[in-house]
Amino acid sequence: MSADHGSNKSKLNNPEEWLTLHGDYLFRFAMVKLRDEHLAEDAVQETLLAALQGHQNFSGNSALRTWLVGILKHKIVDIIRKKVREPTLVNVDEPMEWGDDVVTEALFDNTGHWVTPCQDWGDPDKVLEQKRFWKILTECLKRLPPQLALLYSLREISGMETEDICKDLNISSTNSWVMLHRARLGLKQCFELHWLGEGQAGA
Amino acid sequence: MKMLTCKDASQIMSQSFDRRLSLMEKVGLRFHILICKSCDTAYRQLDFLNSLCKRIAAKPDDVHAMLPGLSAEAQERILKELRQKQDE
Repeated sequence: MSADHGSNKSKLNNPEEWLTLHGDYLFRFAMVKLRDEHLAEDAVQETLLAALQGHQNFSGNSALRTWLVGILKHKIVDIIRKKVREPTLVNVDEPMEWGDDVVTEALFDNTGHWVTPCQDWGDPDKVLEQKRFWKILTECLKRLPPQLALLYSLREISGMETEDICKDLNISSTNSWVMLHRARLGLKQCFELHWLGEGQAGA
Repeated sequence: MKMLTCKDASQIMSQSFDRRLSLMEKVGLRFHILICKSCDTAYRQLDFLNSLCKRIAAKPDDVHAMLPGLSAEAQERILKELRQKQDE
């Protein structure tokens, strides 16, 4: 059985087979983190190229897929790092420029109170199944500034420690906290509008 | 001690997911939540989002099942790159 997973050394420089056996899995894995088809395709390509170059380093102790996923995770961070620091967007070193904090400004009045009271969403295990959650999350992340969405995804979906994210993306901890706060409030707001707004009875 | 506004409290709530809060922050947040129903709810909403994201990370199969695989074009393009690399 393990031979089917590619732990057989003779298969190690057969990239065609890697693509057939693991391409879709790697692509979906990257889509969950990046939610962009082109970026996810790039991540898969970079991963397989790196694997081809470094296949001598594969010990054969783990399944080939596990090894490939390990490489893919680094490639995803590389891609996000590039995206986050894209100069055409906003400067991550200047948190105050982040869209002038439109998200939080809209949620609080000038005395710092919620404009509308927060509604109870209930128990996540009971009220929202995973597929539906994913659909709404994807839609809502699209509405955030792209850097906020990618940072949120690294933190919450990839489960990276904030410290590591800051090191990898070369941003300060304070900035990361500010950005994650905005991302979380933006998502909370979006869920309120597009999940509860549609009515839980529907669809 | 200065009273926290809801906006301040929301910042501390968010950061409680990312770092260890100081004792002052913890006490301030707890006190605020005790007297502010909206912030108590907001904290649970953030936790709600958090826990569902964690579940995707832990068990991505359901989400994977919804996503298409690599397109034929992408497969072909990647394969071409791989072969080129192999020939180098």
